[in-house]
Amino acid sequence: MAASCVRTVGSFLGKCGNCSSSLNTVTSQLSRQVLSRQICVSTALKKNLAAGGPEKFTVEFIQKQVEEFDIGKRHLANMMGEDPENFTQEDIDRSIAYLFPSGLFEKKARPLMKHPEEIFPKQRAVQWGADGRPFHFLFYTGKQSYYSLMHKLYSKILNIEKHQDRMRAKGLFSQDTKEISLDTSRWLTKEELEVLLVETISSNNYDRFIQLMERLLSMPYCNMEEEFVLHYRRPLEARSKKQMVPVPERDDKGVAFSTSDGRRKTSNSSVVLRDCGSGRITVNGQEYLHYFPVLQDREQLMFPLQFMGLLGRFDLQCTVSGGGRSSQAGALRLAISRALLSFLSEGEQETMRQAGLLTPDPRVRERKKPGQEGARRKFTWKKR
Amino acid sequence: MAARALTRGLLGLRHSRTVTLTYSGGHHYATATSVKSPQPQVDEYTDKILNQPLQKPDFFRVSELFSLKDLFDARVHLGHKKGCRHRLMEPYLYGCRLDHDIIDLDQTVEHLQLALNFTAHVAYRGGVILFVSRRRQFSHLVECTAKDCGEYAHTRYWQGGLLTNANIQYGSGVRLPDLIVFLSTLNNVFQQHVGIRDAAKMNIPTVGVVDSNCNPSLVTYPIPGNDDTPVTMELYCRLFKMTISRAKDKRRQMEILHGLSAPSTPSSCHE
Repeated sequence: MAASCVRTVGSFLGKCGNCSSSLNTVTSQLSRQVLSRQICVSTALKKNLAAGGPEKFTVEFIQKQVEEFDIGKRHLANMMGEDPENFTQEDIDRSIAYLFPSGLFEKKARPLMKHPEEIFPKQRAVQWGADGRPFHFLFYTGKQSYYSLMHKLYSKILNIEKHQDRMRAKGLFSQDTKEISLDTSRWLTKEELEVLLVETISSNNYDRFIQLMERLLSMPYCNMEEEFVLHYRRPLEARSKKQMVPVPERDDKGVAFSTSDGRRKTSNSSVVLRDCGSGRITVNGQEYLHYFPVLQDREQLMFPLQFMGLLGRFDLQCTVSGGGRSSQAGALRLAISRALLSFLSEGEQETMRQAGLLTPDPRVRERKKPGQEGARRKFTWKKR
Repeated sequence: MAARALTRGLLGLRHSRTVTLTYSGGHHYATATSVKSPQPQVDEYTDKILNQPLQKPDFFRVSELFSLKDLFDARVHLGHKKGCRHRLMEPYLYGCRLDHDIIDLDQTVEHLQLALNFTAHVAYRGGVILFVSRRRQFSHLVECTAKDCGEYAHTRYWQGGLLTNANIQYGSGVRLPDLIVFLSTLNNVFQQHVGIRDAAKMNIPTVGVVDSNCNPSLVTYPIPGNDDTPVTMELYCRLFKMTISRAKDKRRQMEILHGLSAPSTPSSCHE
């Protein structure tokens, strides 16, 4: 490539010392004594610029961006008439949305003002000093952060083994030491580890890392390295979404009531269930006989109460909007079931769940596709 | 920095030319006229600090670091079985006992002295030394040795273009190792390590511990000896660590003694 180009020119000129295994093709200080070489230099420069890879941001550039951001933040605060000292990121977002209103649907395409740390991807600074010696002792492996992590991990394993030997020698070795709690967390994913290490690793590398971690955790005295291990674990999101039971309140007459919502297709409903004992149902201010002339819809409304055998006990005050008559009825049914939960015991709640009264119906209208009559129906097939 | 020009003539047969060749190309004279005569202002520094160790055969006294008995106790003489023997290792073998090859420790002592001497000179001149070994058993030991010396190690999977494609792998302006020390020349599938061939391609001198099933041809300073026992590997690591530390300390002493420091390094002129 450019290197060989330079080398051949050099060889034309005779000896150039022990040859340029020096891989610096870009040297503007190559002697300009020979005209023909200048052409090589410029092509070398051009080639290197293209082969540079993704744009590198120097430390000074990032620092300058941070300063500009801070100054801009203060200007923005002054413009909005707020206190420059206590101007948070939410305030910035609000101000930008106000000053530059955008109708674009893609949130990422809208005007944005964030701290440069979040915008510019984290990159590596130059890895070697002025004399050319790299800073890190594993630099020549190519993946220095990953391999140094593995090295550190292995040293910890050896440490723990030494500790075990010492305890055995003293006769204090015991298997039942405090275990690290791992139930509420999960390992970092490969992408998260790459972000942490600021370098790409292969899936084999990731698997080896997890294996070594598991090996560390299988040893008796692993609680010595608890902090280190937890650094590489992330908390799990709440696994079981338990049914949020609406809180029963008491209104001024001392009657217990509970409120809840329900949705079906495009209908939204809200129901207030009162423990009066009358059995009256009001929908959007009207009697339910007026609002739902069809028996099927009224049955939907009744079903949760009839299922639990509490038909005459409660008073319902419902509001519903959107959708058609059937979907409104379904939305109301879900809302009634949810409101009823607060008046039931655990076992009865479980029976409601088994009956499917608490499951929101996920079916929505499927869109029509081009080239077809409807969502699924194709145009009539004509043989010729 | 003139590591490349140093040859086996360190025993006093030949003076090495003080060709100031650097990686950054600072003093890289590619003209047809001459390759010698460094600039006048570094003469005194070069004379006192760089040339002085080259006058004596064993300036760093590496022969005092070990004796033949130490090598024997560390089982350096044990080779592999006769069936694994490499043809080119036959000159280094003392003999064969019950199908086990025994390496000639007299030759090992000479080779080890040469290798340690060369390593010491490279370390004295601030060269980058890379320790390579693909044996998983000793990977941690080698990495720790390198970290303690202040040098570099590579005991992991060797990516193809590490030396030959370094500009693209690491970024332009990277400095390659000036010496590669192989504590085991074979890789995990019992083939010759790619690094030996690559170092030969890139004109980087190599020091390597060659066992009786290895090919010593491309290694600049082979050390015939065992590479399988933990005792032996610990001995080698200890020896290399001591030589490198000694050489670096000596360098610091010489600089303080003569009150000189390295001239503004050529890499600072690098653009």
